[in-house]
Amino acid sequence: MTSRIRNFSIIAHIDHGKSTLADRLLERTGAITGRDMKEQLLDSMDLERERGITIKAQAVRIPYRALDGAIYELNLIDTPGHVDFSYEVARSLDAVEGALLVVDATQGVEAQTLANTYLAIEAGLEIVPIINKIDLPAAEPERVAAEVASIIGGDPDEVLQISAKTGAGIDELLEAIVHRLPAPEGDADDPLRALIFDSYFDSYRGVICTIRVKDGTLGKGDAVRFMASGLLEHADEVGVLTPLAVPVAALGPGESGYLITGVKDIDLVRVGDTVTREDRPAAEALPGYLEPKPMVFSGLFPVEGDDFERLRDALEKLRLNDAALSYEPETSAALGFGFRCGFLGLLHMEIVRERLEREYDLELVSTAPSVAYLATTVTGEVVEVRSPQDLPAANQLAGIEEPYVKVMMLAPSEYVGTVMELAQERRGLVGELNYLSPERVEIDYEIPLAEIVFDFFDQLKSRTRGYASLDYEPVGYRASELSKVDILLNGQPVDAFSTIIHKDKAYSYGTAMTNRLRELIPRQLFDIPIQAAIGSRVIARETVKAKRKDVTAKCYGGDISRKRKLLERQKEGKKRMKMVGSVEVPNDAFINALKIDRD
Amino acid sequence: MLVERPLRPSGPPPPPGEDDGIDRLAAYVHIPFCARVCPYCDFAVVAGKDESTDRYFAALGAEIEMEPSAGSLASVFIGGGTPSRVSRDLLAGVVERLAGRFGLADDAEISLEANPEDWTPEVAAGLVAAGVNRVSFGVQSFDDAVLGELGRLHTAGDARVVVGMARAAGFASVSLDLIFGSPLESVESWRHTVESAIALEPDHVSTYALTVERGTELSRMVAAGAPAPDPDDQADKYQLARALLTEVGFGHYEVSNYARPGHECIYNLNTWAQGDYLAFGLGAHGHRAGVRRRNVRRLEAYLEMLEDGRRPEAGTESITGWDAELERVFLGLRMRSGVAAGAVGDVLASDPDGQALISAKKLEVTEGRICVLDPLFTDSVARVVLGLKPVETGRVAR
Repeated sequence: MTSRIRNFSIIAHIDHGKSTLADRLLERTGAITGRDMKEQLLDSMDLERERGITIKAQAVRIPYRALDGAIYELNLIDTPGHVDFSYEVARSLDAVEGALLVVDATQGVEAQTLANTYLAIEAGLEIVPIINKIDLPAAEPERVAAEVASIIGGDPDEVLQISAKTGAGIDELLEAIVHRLPAPEGDADDPLRALIFDSYFDSYRGVICTIRVKDGTLGKGDAVRFMASGLLEHADEVGVLTPLAVPVAALGPGESGYLITGVKDIDLVRVGDTVTREDRPAAEALPGYLEPKPMVFSGLFPVEGDDFERLRDALEKLRLNDAALSYEPETSAALGFGFRCGFLGLLHMEIVRERLEREYDLELVSTAPSVAYLATTVTGEVVEVRSPQDLPAANQLAGIEEPYVKVMMLAPSEYVGTVMELAQERRGLVGELNYLSPERVEIDYEIPLAEIVFDFFDQLKSRTRGYASLDYEPVGYRASELSKVDILLNGQPVDAFSTIIHKDKAYSYGTAMTNRLRELIPRQLFDIPIQAAIGSRVIARETVKAKRKDVTAKCYGGDISRKRKLLERQKEGKKRMKMVGSVEVPNDAFINALKIDRD
Repeated sequence: MLVERPLRPSGPPPPPGEDDGIDRLAAYVHIPFCARVCPYCDFAVVAGKDESTDRYFAALGAEIEMEPSAGSLASVFIGGGTPSRVSRDLLAGVVERLAGRFGLADDAEISLEANPEDWTPEVAAGLVAAGVNRVSFGVQSFDDAVLGELGRLHTAGDARVVVGMARAAGFASVSLDLIFGSPLESVESWRHTVESAIALEPDHVSTYALTVERGTELSRMVAAGAPAPDPDDQADKYQLARALLTEVGFGHYEVSNYARPGHECIYNLNTWAQGDYLAFGLGAHGHRAGVRRRNVRRLEAYLEMLEDGRRPEAGTESITGWDAELERVFLGLRMRSGVAAGAVGDVLASDPDGQALISAKKLEVTEGRICVLDPLFTDSVARVVLGLKPVETGRVAR
C-alpha cells in the first residue's frame, strides 16, 4: 500500500524550529502522548539536547488520519542542521520523496538551508516550503515567503505559514504532506532492495540499521545479505520507530524502519549498503554513498599516559556510531602516545572530544587542529600531511598545496562589504555576488579550508550581528606559500604547538602563541625562553621569568595541619601538569594556547 | 565536627628531636580580643566583645584544669588576638594557674604578644611581676601610611618608645614583628622600617610577608580588584631585611625569624622540632604524643562548652609512622640550620623533583641533614617532601 506512505525530511537552519516542528507533528498525530514527551524528542543524545543541534539522522513513523478519512503513514527522516554534518543530510535525502523546507519568519533563508534545498531539488524531491515562527512579533512572513518562492521557483501563496510553538498551521501542514508529496514507488513483488541510511551500535543488540525499503519486502526471520560487504545474516527483528522501536512482521516498499541481525561488527554493516534477501537476491545494489572525508585533524592525547588503551577503546566505540571519525596512533615528544584524529569540522571535533571526556571519563589534551596538506618532495613524491610533524624537511620540500573550499555566504545586503572584507582577510579568491532579493545577497568565495575551520563562522556571525550564514564544499587543492612554525620551550620544540600556516600570517601566529604561553606557563625554578621559529629562524620570543618566592611567611603551632594539607593539595594540583623537557606545562595551557583570537 | 578523643594522661614521650634537641613541654594560651580586626588577619579573633573577657578567662581557667598533668612547662606563649588589651591581673592569673597545674621550669620562657598602643610602663611592670619575661610587639611598620593600610591603630611614634619601656621594666627578651610587601609600601619605606627596628636594639625580629589569607577582609578587597602583594617585590624586601639584620649580628634562624644569639624563641623552636605543646583558648591548637588537636573557633561555642564542663575540642588528627616523619621534616625545613634527614633524606635525594631542587641550588641533602639553601623556596621543598613515599623493599615507590 505505498499510496498511503509519505517519506519526507525537514530542511531547516539551526534554531529555525525543525526539532520543535517534529515534536509538534508527533504530538498532533498522537504518535506519542504529551506525558512521554521529552522536549525535542528526536534529539536523543544528551549533547544534542544541550547544544540544540541534531547530530545523527533518525527516522520516525507517524500514523495520520487525513481529512479524506484514510490513515497515512508519514515517515520523518530527521537530518542534522550543521555544516559539519551536511553529508548526513545528503544521505537522508536518498530515503525520502519530499522535503519540508522550514524557514524562520524573522530570519529568512540561511546559506545552509539554501545548500540543502539545492541538494533536495537536484535529488528530484518535492519541496513543501514553510514559514515558521509566525507568532513572533518580528515575523515578516510575506517578505520571507517571497524569498523562499524565488529560490524554489514557486508561488509565494503556496508557502505554508505555521508556528510550531503554538501549533498554528500544523493541521494544514499535515494535509499538505499527504496531498503535495508523492507516494513512494516500488514493487512488493520485486527482489528486496533496502538502503541502509544510518546505523548505530547498541551494546545489547549489536548493530541496529535504519533502512528504507525501495523494492520488495523484508520480514522477520528472512535470510538477508549485505550486498557490499557480502555479509549473510538473519533478520532477528524488523520494526518501525514511533519514535520508540516497535517490532513489525515485515517492511514493504516505501517503508522506513530498523533492522537488527545480531551482527556486532559495525564495519560489516556500512551506511549506504543495500540489504537484499538471500532467497531472491536483487541483481544490482542501490547507488550508495561516498564515505565522508575528514577535513580537520587534531592529535588527542590522554593526560595520564596510562589512559592510552582506554582512549583507544573509547575511540573504537565512538566510531561505531560515527563513521566520519577517523583515528590512527600518533606519538608526540611532548605529549606521549595518542591518536591523530580526523573530523568533519571543528564542531564535530568538539563534540567527539566532549563525548570522550564526558562519557568515557578521559582527561585529554588536544593539539592545534590542522587540515590535510599535500607536500611534494624534491624527488617528486606527494605525501599527505595531516600533522605538522609529517611535513618533509625544508630542504626536501618542493612545494605544498592546501585544500580550498567554495564558501557560500548569505547576508543582508548592507553587510556585503563586511563579508567580502572577512573573506579577503582569509585569503579568499573569486568573490561572486548574487542578489536573491534586494535585501539578501549570496556571496561566494574560494577560501583555503585552513582559514575557515577555526573561527571563520564565529567571525562571520559577529561581524554581521548574527545575520550572515554559510555553507561550504571542497573544490580541490592549490599551491600556497606555507611554512611550518615551531614553538620552542626552553630551546626544545614542542610538537603539539607546531602549525603549518601561510607565510604572511606566520609572524602574528608566532607572536600570539609566545605571548599566550607566557601567560599560561607558571613561573618555575629557572627562566623559560619561549620562541616561535620557522626552521632555525626565530620570529618571536618571550620569557617566563624564574619564580623568586615560594614560601609561607608564618608556620606556627596553630598552622601546622592546615599548612601541611594546603601544600599537599598544591602537590596534587601538579598532576595536572605535563613535563615538556624540564618545563612543567599545565594541561590547560595546551587547550587555551590554541584558542588564539586572530584579530 | 567534634571528635571526642581524650588525650592520654601520660602518653609515651615524643621521639627525641635528635640534635634539634628540644623535647620539653610548651603551652600556648590564646587571647582572642582585639580593638578591631586587621584586614589581613585570619586568626581566631573577636572585636567588640570585651564584655566577655571575664567569662572567657573563667573558661580558660576551667580548660587548664581539665588538661591531664604533663610535667613542667619549659615555655609558655600568650598570643592573640591582643593579649595586651586585657588586665594584668587576668594574665597573671593564667600564668599562675599554669604554674600551679603543671609547674614552670626554672628557666621557663614566658612570652606575650603586645600592641604598641596598649603599652605603658605600668603594664610592662605588671607583666614582669606576673612572670612574663619575653614580649613580642606587633610593630609591623615604621611608616604611618603603611600602618594605615594595614589597619593598625598605633603610629610609628608609639612603637619607638615601647622597647625602652620593656627594657626598663626588666623584660629579658624583646621582639618586634614587622610586615613587608603591602602594595603601597616602597622598598625605601621597608628599608626605613627595618633600620628603625634595628635602631631600637631588640633581641629578636620577625619579618612576615603580607599574605592574602582566605576569608579575610584583605582577600575580599583583592577579589574586588584591589592590588595584591607582588611576590617579586616581597622577594626583594625579604632579601633586603635579611641583609640588614644579619649585617648587624642577628642570626637568621627560621624563614621569618631573626635573633641575637641566645634569644631564639624557645616556644617556637619547640614547634618546629615537632615538640609537644598544650593549647588553651579559642581556636588554639595543641600537639601531644602524636596527636594534633584544635579547639573550636567560635567564641560562644567555646564558652558554652567549657561552662558545660566539656573540652572545647573541634577535632583531632593522629600523625604516626611515615606521616609523622614527613611532618617532622616539613617543620624542620623552616630552620636555617636544616633538619635531621632520618629516613627521608635518601628518598628526597632520589626523587626527580627533589633532584631538580638540588640542582637548582635551592636544597641540600647531605648524609645527616636536609637543608633549604634558599629560604624563599621552602614551600617548593616542603611540597616535594610531603609527597614522598617510604622506601619499600629497597625500591623507591612513587
